Amino acid sequence: MAGAFSLPERGINEPKRRSFLDRLRSADQLAHVLTMVFAAAILLVVVLLVFELFRNSGESRSKFGWEFFFTSQWDPVAGKFGALPFIYGTLVTSAVALLIAVPLGLGAAVFLAELAPPRVSDALTFVIELLAAVPSVIYGLLAVFALVPLLRDPIQPFLNRTLGFLPLFQGPSYGVGYLAAGVILAIMVVPFVISISRESLLAVPNEQREAALALGATRWESTWYVVVPYARLGIVGSVFLALARALGETMAVTMVIGNTPQIAGSLFAPGYSIAAVIANEFTEATGDLHISALVELGLALFLLTIVINGVARLLVLATTRRGTTHP
Amino acid sequence: MSSAKWTVLTTLAILSFTSCSSAPSTSPSRSESVALINGAGATFPYPIYAKWFDEYHKLHPDIQINYQSIGSGGGIRQLLTGTVDFGASDSPMTDEQLRQAKFKVLHFPTVLGAVVPSYNVPAVTEELKFTPEALTGIMLGTVKKWNDGRIAKANPGVKLPSNDIVTVHRSDGSGTTFVWTDYLSKVSPEWKSKVGSGTSVNWPAGLGAKGNEGVAGLVKQTPYSFGYVELVYAIQNNMAYGRVHNSSGTPVKADLASVTAAAAAAAASMPDDFRVSITNPPGRDAYPIASFTWLLIPGAIPDSAKKSAITGFLRWMLEDGQKMTQQLSYAPLPPEVISKELNAISQIQ
Repeated sequence: MAGAFSLPERGINEPKRRSFLDRLRSADQLAHVLTMVFAAAILLVVVLLVFELFRNSGESRSKFGWEFFFTSQWDPVAGKFGALPFIYGTLVTSAVALLIAVPLGLGAAVFLAELAPPRVSDALTFVIELLAAVPSVIYGLLAVFALVPLLRDPIQPFLNRTLGFLPLFQGPSYGVGYLAAGVILAIMVVPFVISISRESLLAVPNEQREAALALGATRWESTWYVVVPYARLGIVGSVFLALARALGETMAVTMVIGNTPQIAGSLFAPGYSIAAVIANEFTEATGDLHISALVELGLALFLLTIVINGVARLLVLATTRRGTTHP
Repeated sequence: MSSAKWTVLTTLAILSFTSCSSAPSTSPSRSESVALINGAGATFPYPIYAKWFDEYHKLHPDIQINYQSIGSGGGIRQLLTGTVDFGASDSPMTDEQLRQAKFKVLHFPTVLGAVVPSYNVPAVTEELKFTPEALTGIMLGTVKKWNDGRIAKANPGVKLPSNDIVTVHRSDGSGTTFVWTDYLSKVSPEWKSKVGSGTSVNWPAGLGAKGNEGVAGLVKQTPYSFGYVELVYAIQNNMAYGRVHNSSGTPVKADLASVTAAAAAAAASMPDDFRVSITNPPGRDAYPIASFTWLLIPGAIPDSAKKSAITGFLRWMLEDGQKMTQQLSYAPLPPEVISKELNAISQIQ
C-alpha cells in the first residue's frame, strides 16, 4: 500500500518528459491508483476476515486451546466444544465429491475439447455453465427429494450387498449421511471441473497434437499422453476450485448430511460439516462461548482451506517441469 | 500495522464508494414525523408480528415498526448491544444474560407456540398417543423399536411394527428445540442430567434436519421415523401428529384451545417478570409441550416518542392484536396473562 504514495515520486525521479498532470489526463495514473485500491481491498477483506475470526473466537481459544481441534464432544448445554467431527465431515464429504467429480469432469472435458464436434461441444458447454450458476439450495432440494430416497433404497442397500465387506459401506441406510452430501457436492462441483478443464485443453497449441500424431500416436494416445499433461496446470486449477467450493458449501450439505456431530467410518452414517454447523447454530446461539466456538470453527475452516490449497500447490510445483505450463 | 496506514487505506476504499452511498439521503427528512422503531429476534412468531406491525402502522401512520426475524439469540444480542429498540425471543433470557445486561429488560408474552410429535409408521392408521416416558425413551435412544412396551402401553389395540425407530431432530438452533427439550427435562431427570435444555443440545441419538420443513420432510420420506415440529407448521401443512399424555395422565391433542389452556393453567403461578416455562403444566385439558414467545423491551426508553409508540403498541397488541392470532394458527394468550401484562406496561419508564 506504500506504493500509492511513492508513485508520484517515482514519476518525478524518472527522466520523463510527460508531467504528472499529463499522465493523469491520459488516465494512466488514475487507473493505476484505482486498480491498486481495488486490489488492496481484496487483501483488506482477507486480513479483516482473519482478524475478526481470531478476535471473536477469543473465549473459545483461551478455554479449549488446541484441544478444540482434537476433541469430538459438541454440547452447547454443558459448554463443551470440540471441532473434530466437523473437520472430519468436511474432509470426508469433500473427498467423496472429488473422487466422483474429477474423473467424471475430466472425462467429459476431454470429450468436449478433443473428440466432440464443435457445435455439440459448444451447446453442451453452455448447459454445463448453466449448471454452475444454479443456487446451492436448489441442489439441496434436488438432493432431499430425489437423491436421498434413491440412496436409501436401492443404492445404499446394493452397495452394502456388493461392497459390504468394507467398513465404508456398512450400517443402517438412512439416505442422509456422508455419501448423500458427497454425491450432491460432486454434482455441484463437476461443472467447474468440466468448464475450466475444457478451456485449458482447448488452449493447448495444435502443434502439440500434430507432433504426437506425426510420431505415430493414435488420437487417444495424443490426447492422453500429450494434450492432457500439457493442460495439467489448468486441470489442477479446476480441481482446486471444485475443492474450495466443496469445503465451504453450506446449504446443500446441511440439507442431506444428517447433522450429527460424530465420527463414523461408514459413508452411510450421518455426519456434520463445519459450514453446516455454523449455519445451523449461529442464529440461535445464546451463550457467548457457543458463539465463540462457532467462530473458531470458521477459523478452522479458513485454515483448513489454506492448508489444503497450500499442500496441493506444492504438489503441483513438485510435479510440474518448466515449459509444460500452458500460457 | 500503523493506524495511519489503516486510515489511509480505508479512506481510499470508502472514497471509491461514496458515489453509491449518497443516493438515499432524501428519506430521513420524511421520517422526522414518523417514529421508527426497530426490532429483531425470534423467527417463530414472525408471521403474526409482521401482521401486527403492519396493522398497527395502518392505524397509526406516524409509527413504523421494523422487525427482522434473525433468531432469538441474535435478537437478545442486538438488544443488549443497543442496535435495536426491542428484541424478541422464544426462550426467556437467563439470569446470567440479565445480569450481563447494562439495563433492565422486561419480558412481554405475545402468543403461544406448541411442539407436537410427528411420525411415519407405515400400516398404522390410528392416531398414536405418547407418554412422557415413551417420548424421552425415543429421544434418548433407549426406546429403539416401535413395538417397545413404553409405546404400546399407551396405544392398546394398535398393531405396532417391530422396526427400528429413526428419530429426527432439529439441527438448527431453534425455539422449537428449546420447548421440546425443556419439556423432556421436566418429565425426565435422566434427560435433564444427560442432555438438558437449550436451543441446540447434544443429541444422544437420531438425525438432524434443518428447520420445521426439514424435519417434516425427512419424517415424511423415512419409514418408521419420529420427529417433532412446531404446531403452527403441522396445522398449516395438514400433518398427522400424536397426542401427548399431560401431567394428569390425559392424552391431549395439541390445538389452539389446549395450548391456551396450558398457559391458563400456568398463569396462577406466573412470576412478575413473565419469565416462565409452561411445559408440563397442571390441568386436565392442558397440552404439555407449549411455550410463550416474548417481546423483550428495555425497562427505560429515554426517547419519549419511541416510548409512547412502544407502550401504545403493546396495549393494542394485548387487546385488539390478540384477535388476529387464530387466523394465523397462533394460540392467543389467556385473559389472566393479558390483564397482568397490561399492568406491567407501566413499568416501562
